[in-house]
Amino acid sequence: MTFLSETRSQVFHKILNREYFVYYALILVIAFFAVVLSETAFLSTPNFMNIIRQTTPITVMAVGMTFALAVGHIDLSVGSVVALSALVCGLLVDIVPWPVAVLAGLSSGLLVGLINGVLTEWLKVSSLLITLGSMGVISGIARVITNLESIPITNDSFTYIFGSGSFGSVSVMFIWTLLALILGWVFLSKTRFGSHLLAVGGNPTASRALGINVVKVKITAMVIAGGAAAMAGMLYAGRLHGARYSLGEADLLTVIAAVAIGGTSLFGGRASVAGAVVGSWLMGVINNGLILWGFSTNEQIIARGLILIVAVAIGVKEDRR
Amino acid sequence: MTAEYHVPDTALEVREIHKSFGGVQALKGVSFSILKGEVVGLLGDNGAGKSTLVRCISGVHPQDDGEILINGQEVEIKSPQDARDQGIETVFQDLAVIPNFDVSKNLFLNREILSSNPILRFFGWLDHKEMSRQSEIALKRLNSRIPSFREEIKNLSGGQRQAVSIARAVNWGADIVIMDEPTAALGVEQAAQVNNLIKLISSQGISVLLISHNIQHVMEVCHRAVVLRHGRAAANVLIEDITPDDLVGLITGAKRAA
Repeated sequence: MTFLSETRSQVFHKILNREYFVYYALILVIAFFAVVLSETAFLSTPNFMNIIRQTTPITVMAVGMTFALAVGHIDLSVGSVVALSALVCGLLVDIVPWPVAVLAGLSSGLLVGLINGVLTEWLKVSSLLITLGSMGVISGIARVITNLESIPITNDSFTYIFGSGSFGSVSVMFIWTLLALILGWVFLSKTRFGSHLLAVGGNPTASRALGINVVKVKITAMVIAGGAAAMAGMLYAGRLHGARYSLGEADLLTVIAAVAIGGTSLFGGRASVAGAVVGSWLMGVINNGLILWGFSTNEQIIARGLILIVAVAIGVKEDRR
Repeated sequence: MTAEYHVPDTALEVREIHKSFGGVQALKGVSFSILKGEVVGLLGDNGAGKSTLVRCISGVHPQDDGEILINGQEVEIKSPQDARDQGIETVFQDLAVIPNFDVSKNLFLNREILSSNPILRFFGWLDHKEMSRQSEIALKRLNSRIPSFREEIKNLSGGQRQAVSIARAVNWGADIVIMDEPTAALGVEQAAQVNNLIKLISSQGISVLLISHNIQHVMEVCHRAVVLRHGRAAANVLIEDITPDDLVGLITGAKRAA
């Protein structure tokens, strides 16, 4: 009897494991909206395809944020990097060959990540504060360099690859999502570097004692987060055929909520790239459902905030175990 | 005082180690040696120089003056990596393990086995299978009570975690393991497990330098005790020749070495 009940509690524990929470949440939310919105096209393949496509920039940012959180950092500047990188690319795309403009846009994000990482290590201050500052600086710069004006991007190759393009019937956005998922997952779960990232996030003192270059690992994580945000900037610019200082402005909360609900600890050492991707889809489904239900952007913000709180509550419980 | 003769099976010998921090002389010429498979307790009051001596040997703070010999050969230990290269591993008091990693990943942290495929290897692709295989062997060697190499460290007891740290040191082919208060954070039962593990690795020919404040543990697992006082080796005695009270006396300075 004892044996039986033990196994049962173990099974329950496994099922209720935080890793899977985001999948249950996604199924529950879809089921809920399917009932409530049965009159609409919510529960249809085109709608879900649309959600995944629209969510792609968030997905890419969430994968990058997972790396920052894995080492115990956070990057609040991702939203502002989206705008900066899109503007850098948009301003250059008619002057230089478009791939160069893309490289410049991506480099701006990598550079911000590098500065964030180096400043955090150098000043020995929380990355929360450093990136809060850089968020302000960068969004200010994004406003100044364009005088609050939009930069149209008319280069067809660019908008095809980062927006409207497709391989057969598969949108390029799926390719980017898949690429973010695979690259992020392989990097974090299959390589020595990923292992060191999680080790540093889990116990920096022990990692240092075992000879891991903790500073280098932590800076690299911030560079990845910045680079991913810049990639999201390209995807926004491609989809919207232009760049604007306000791009990505409202994404920070969405990204952090997506990563947190996906099972990544906000305090380092535990991270899931797949969870972050599915978490971003969950946020996309909720947005989509709320819109179809007739709610405004304001209610969507409330929903995102609530999800973050729920995710953190579950995560903290797990971390204290 | 026991004279420090050079004997063939000496695993580690330190000669006249001096170390100062600013104007403070932490070590004023410490000499002692550890035989192969011997467990030597390093004792002393706070500030006696134990930690400084350990940091010299483990390469964290190289000594100002004096020599370190491994197997009778003088070696330069200028960094923790040098120490590791010489077969000296350190097990820390504060449980240097990663809580969310399983046993296998902890055993191989920063010494991962990479895929034999040259392309995957270039990207740092880990060979989890091989690491798991070797972990199982390592745990068997230490007859540890760790349920599985797949178990996450956070689900293990303090004693089991310390066992993982020790297994890691031994697994890396350490000839000399320095343990800095390995049982300080543990309960009685857990500490006993760690002490048994120390005896076991000693029986496998590994030398242990055990820093401890726990006289009972020292009496139980050590063959010999070196007592530091004011940066000098005040005593170097065989455990079988001394009582716990006399050992305490040597540490506090109430008793002088014969």
